[in-house]
Amino acid sequence: MSAPGSNAAFFKQLKKYYTFYTGGFIAFIIVLGILEQMGLSAKIIGYIFLAATIALYAGIGIMSKTADVSEYYVAGRRVPALFNGMATGADWMSAASFIGMAGTLYLAGYDGLAFVMGWTGGYVLVALFLAPYLRKFGQFTIPDFLGARYGGNLPRTIGVIAAIICSFVYVVAQIYGVGIITSRFTGLEFQVGVFVGLAGILVCSFLGGMRAVTWTQVAQYIILIIAYMIPVVWLSVQHTGNPIPQIAYGQVLQQVTQLENQMNDPATERGAMEASARAAHKAKQTEFEDKIKALDEAVAAGTTVAFMEEARAAAGNPADFPSKPEDLKAAWQKSADGHKAKTGAVSAHATAFSGKGAEAKLMKENPNATPAEIAAAQAEDEHASNVKRRNFIALVLCLMVGTASLPHILMRYYTTPSVREARRSVFWSLFFIFLLYFTAPALAVLVKFEVYNNLVGSSFATLPAWVSNWAAVDATLMKIVDVNLDGIIQLAEITIGGDLIVLATPEIAGLPYVISGMVAAGGLAAALSTADGLLLTIANALSHDVYYKMIDPKASTVRRITISKTLLLVVALTAAYVTSLKPGDILFLVGAAFSLAASAFFPALVLGVFWKRANYTGAVVGMLAGLGVCMYYMYTTYPFFGGVPANEWFEIKPIAAAVFGMPVGFLGVIIGSLISAAPSKEIQNLVDHVRYPSLEGDIDTRAA
Amino acid sequence: MQLTDKHREYWSRNLRLTAILLAIWFVATFVVIFFARELNDIVILGFPFAFYMGAQGSLIIYVLVIWFYARRMNQLDQEYGVHEGED
Repeated sequence: MSAPGSNAAFFKQLKKYYTFYTGGFIAFIIVLGILEQMGLSAKIIGYIFLAATIALYAGIGIMSKTADVSEYYVAGRRVPALFNGMATGADWMSAASFIGMAGTLYLAGYDGLAFVMGWTGGYVLVALFLAPYLRKFGQFTIPDFLGARYGGNLPRTIGVIAAIICSFVYVVAQIYGVGIITSRFTGLEFQVGVFVGLAGILVCSFLGGMRAVTWTQVAQYIILIIAYMIPVVWLSVQHTGNPIPQIAYGQVLQQVTQLENQMNDPATERGAMEASARAAHKAKQTEFEDKIKALDEAVAAGTTVAFMEEARAAAGNPADFPSKPEDLKAAWQKSADGHKAKTGAVSAHATAFSGKGAEAKLMKENPNATPAEIAAAQAEDEHASNVKRRNFIALVLCLMVGTASLPHILMRYYTTPSVREARRSVFWSLFFIFLLYFTAPALAVLVKFEVYNNLVGSSFATLPAWVSNWAAVDATLMKIVDVNLDGIIQLAEITIGGDLIVLATPEIAGLPYVISGMVAAGGLAAALSTADGLLLTIANALSHDVYYKMIDPKASTVRRITISKTLLLVVALTAAYVTSLKPGDILFLVGAAFSLAASAFFPALVLGVFWKRANYTGAVVGMLAGLGVCMYYMYTTYPFFGGVPANEWFEIKPIAAAVFGMPVGFLGVIIGSLISAAPSKEIQNLVDHVRYPSLEGDIDTRAA
Repeated sequence: MQLTDKHREYWSRNLRLTAILLAIWFVATFVVIFFARELNDIVILGFPFAFYMGAQGSLIIYVLVIWFYARRMNQLDQEYGVHEGED
């Protein structure tokens, strides 16, 4: 405990530092902006941003260097609520939130909101069920709590394993983001970008542990929120004259809906042009499907070689022409699917769980369909819509419970000075996260309006600069082809990758390149800060829970910290190595981390506080069963592991596996506890201890 | 360590508050999603209602729920004498 008043003084000092820092950052942007006007090239600006921000984080890391156990693991438990909120915000918001979120909303409309709701509503669970109680318990890691509450090494060990699995899966996704951003804005190779970013992460967490990570994360939060807001506000002023995009986009959404209706109605001019582009796509689709059929016939007739030669000549002998018939078939199939995706109607942005359009298709192909056929098509649509709703609910639940179970987030509430501050700190955390999340839907709609209103209908001869720039950089982000050869852009002729939305907003809004550099720096800050927190969680679980608590409880302070730092290095390099192999689908990795955490931790943690009867057997059974069901479900349904969607229960996608794992976890804890003896008096006292912020004659569980 | 009736009352008030706030959270999340198709027919200031809730409304409710919980619990701590020393 520190003397009264010293925390207030510390808070004042912090406020002063970070106000100066924010001013400094803005001045830095202005200076770079002026230099850009004087002719500084975009590439140099990219390098300056990369070098300056990483040097800044490293500088904070060096200043916060520490060898004190409490400072290293929990930043000395004196992080004020407001600053812990910012640090949690940065810890929480990853590259997926910063860059991916608005893009997902652009592409999926209402159905993408599962991420917005799931990643914010989870903090209600953190506030009500976990943060204050964990703070009162006051040790270093989440497995610490499991170990003390349930006794024995087994619950702690399962906790350690689960914490490592979900944090590692998540950190790979972050380092991937770091690699993409550094390579895109500096022209470095992806693999090099990964290791440059890693250096920035390591310098910080390696020297000062949680203390350095906390103060760096606060700095990173400030950068990322400024970087996110400026382009959106500017875009909003341009389109609506209102500088508050979160309010202004209502009218824009109405215009977008109107444009969507026009594009889907062939009687209007826009609709007729869209219909022509869709018809052209349909023709291309048929063309590729015929080619595939011809290829199959040639293979069956044994004339494959001649057919391949002919196809190569027909394509103009390109160097990258596939040499094997199965590759050629795959390439053609991809083209056919790509064209097929563009033949359908525009889905409305705000519409929830739209069906698959079976009825509309039937009416178009067969206007004289019988009532029975129409009813069947309607039923098909309704089923599709209900499945979407079910998956949306399941995903929201998994993301929320996962939020309240991820160790790197829960750990942050060990760092506040008191239970009272821990409660306030959850509020500040969500508030700072909310600022970005409730802006993302506005950004998605504003960009959509720009595309529907200004890009669609303009001429291929005069493409806006941002379109041609991004199309040249990366065809997966921006591709535009005149399929029906009318020289005018239709929506069906544009392919946009989700990540483009945030990255290109400064250019769409006509802002100078320095703002683009700032957005990249913001994305980098988001990815680095999350990676920092995750790496620290893994290293702490290994050094504190495994080494100190189980292998060598007499280890000296110096030894504990040295072990932790060494492990940090090993884990970081392993994660970077795994990342450089570019494993599978990032969004699935992130979702899987949430489902795993929710199944393994949430039941045991919550019942540990709210149900005194919960005991050792219950925790072991519950955690293993929850984790087991979750992993089994992913294994049998996710194609990457050889699973097939036919194995799905109630057509729930594998990303939401916790919807089964978590209830099983709760059942496991309850049944396991009831069939064995009640926990000892000491453990029941521990439960009382965490329930009351202060009790007379209380036990003390605080770690040094 | 002996719990008094006052302590038990503190805990049951905490549980009641937690249950009420959790119910608000549940309605703002799952009830709104479940009826999203129907609720979207209501349009306020250009926003279909369910879309607005998912994009912003529910988020605002979450922030307020946590703010209220922190404020109320910190008051209850004082009222029942289980608060910590100055920090």
